Amino acid sequence: MSLIAIALILPGLFFLIVAAIGMLRLPDVFARSHALSLTDSLGAFLVLAGLAIYQGFSVNMLKILVVLALIYILNPVISHATIRAALRSGLKPWVREQP
Amino acid sequence: MTFFFLFILMIILAILILVYLYRVVQGPTVFDRVLGLNGISTKAIILLVVIGTVYQRTDLFVDISTGYALLNLIEALAIAKFLEQRGSA
Repeated sequence: MSLIAIALILPGLFFLIVAAIGMLRLPDVFARSHALSLTDSLGAFLVLAGLAIYQGFSVNMLKILVVLALIYILNPVISHATIRAALRSGLKPWVREQP
Repeated sequence: MTFFFLFILMIILAILILVYLYRVVQGPTVFDRVLGLNGISTKAIILLVVIGTVYQRTDLFVDISTGYALLNLIEALAIAKFLEQRGSA
C-alpha cells in the first residue's frame, strides 16, 4: 500500500513543481494559464490519488476521492472563466517580436 | 519512514505556496493575481489532506478541504464575472 502511494505521489510532486516554475517564468497571463490549468490539475490528481490509496479501503478514501474529482473538474473551469474575462476585457496576447 | 516522507511533502508544498504568493503580489494584471490565488488554494487543499494523514484525523481535515474547494470556485467565478462586466482591466 505504502509503496504504491509513494510511487503515485512522486510524479505528482514533479508535476506540481513544473507548474510552479511555469507560473514564474512564462511571459503572459494567457501562457501562464496553461501551466496552471493543465499541469497543476494532473499533479493534484496524482498526489491525492496516492494519499487516497495510502488510507486503505475506508470512508476516508471515498472522501479524498470526492475532493479529487472536485479539484479535477473545477480547476479548468476557474481557469477558463478567468481567461475569458481577460480576453473580453481587451488584454492583448503576448507575441514574439519579429526581427 | 512514511512519516518522514509526508513531512518532506508538507515542506515542499509550503515552498510552492510561497512561489505562487510571489505571483499574486508581483503580477502585472488582475488576472495574474486571480490565477495565483487559484494555485494557492489548490496547494492548500492538498496540504490539508496531508496534514490530516500525518495527524491521523483525515475525516476532520478532508471536510475542511471540501469546503475550501467550493469556496474557491465561488470566489474565482465572482471575480471573473465582475471583471468581465466592468470592461477594461
